Amino acid sequence: MERNIAQVALFAAMIAALGLVPQISLGFGVPITAQTLGVMLAGAVLGARRGAAAAGLLMLLVALGLPLLAGGRGGLGVFTSPTAGFALGWPVAAFVTGLFVERVRLRSAGLAAGLGAVLGGIVVLYIMGASGLAIVTGRSLPEAFRLVAVFIPGDLLKAGITGMLVQALARVRPGALAWHRGAATGGLRL
Amino acid sequence: MISLTSPVRTRAQDWPAGAKLAALCLVSTGLFLARGLPVQLGALAVVAVLYALPGPVFLRAGLRSLRVVLPFVVVLLVWHGVLGDLRGGLVVVLRMVVLVALANLVTMTTALEELVDLLSWLLTPLRRLGLRTQPLELAIPLVLRFTPVLVARAGRLAEAWRARSRRRPGWQLILPMTLLALDDADHVGEALRARGGALPPLDDD
Repeated sequence: MERNIAQVALFAAMIAALGLVPQISLGFGVPITAQTLGVMLAGAVLGARRGAAAAGLLMLLVALGLPLLAGGRGGLGVFTSPTAGFALGWPVAAFVTGLFVERVRLRSAGLAAGLGAVLGGIVVLYIMGASGLAIVTGRSLPEAFRLVAVFIPGDLLKAGITGMLVQALARVRPGALAWHRGAATGGLRL
Repeated sequence: MISLTSPVRTRAQDWPAGAKLAALCLVSTGLFLARGLPVQLGALAVVAVLYALPGPVFLRAGLRSLRVVLPFVVVLLVWHGVLGDLRGGLVVVLRMVVLVALANLVTMTTALEELVDLLSWLLTPLRRLGLRTQPLELAIPLVLRFTPVLVARAGRLAEAWRARSRRRPGWQLILPMTLLALDDADHVGEALRARGGALPPLDDD
């Protein structure tokens, strides 16, 4: 119980830290923040429920007015802005990513995490994000989708990195992935 | 950590947080329902006055946090201009700016403690249903405490990287960050348990 709370809090802090740290580049000099990488990682490492809790906890703190999003953004304005759908979609994205790795048993933990990140962190997140953009800007869903589609290559890269990180994690600390085959699974439910 | 609350004291800081939040919800819904250009222009004027009243320092801070919508303003105006519907675009852009500005206004004039109290009050029905909200109240300070710790640690890892490589610090740093965060979680979990656990006895509330 206490450990679960601590893990949820630490991963929420980790998602925040990944957006506030300027030094980490994701390669190719693309100016993308690593925060959605943190969301994918939270789902892939902690699983559906705790991953969603971590992302949800962070969004709650953002709503309370803390500048924890990339570039020090935060506050209630995040949830009325054109990107509100993405903000609200983070917990769902982490949940779906976690659900994928928990339910779809693949031999490679990294492959499962990467595919889960594509499904949760890209497919589901962009559906929610584009819907939010369509509502706020009054455009149709396909038009809104075309506006955000430029960010998909960057997010595919992040899903790939999530896969590689989880693969490495499974090698150096197999016990950290509760959902992974062969890992200890007892007593880790929140 | 930098705060998003106002650098100067305003009268709105004395108003109850719940009332401000309720007003924000009402006005936001209203602006979505009212589609006319005059309504949106009027709303913008009112918001501009609200931002200007507490003085130039407040106005500057407010405008700074509004910069994030600027790209959307440009894209939408160009888009609508190309489609030949500049008036419709103006309505959408005005509504967007007013919505974000109003929400930021609530954030700027409300202390974090007030919002945490409000959150706790909003969760009362859940507690009545038997759901325990103490884990949430425990997790919030943990995130606040550990975010700067993790940022500083990422900085140190990046420095160590630069000492060894001429390439820019890359995503590989996230692996040690994750491992250390998991270790921290174990330690914090143990410490919490040693101090009596996350939950008080059931008959406490």
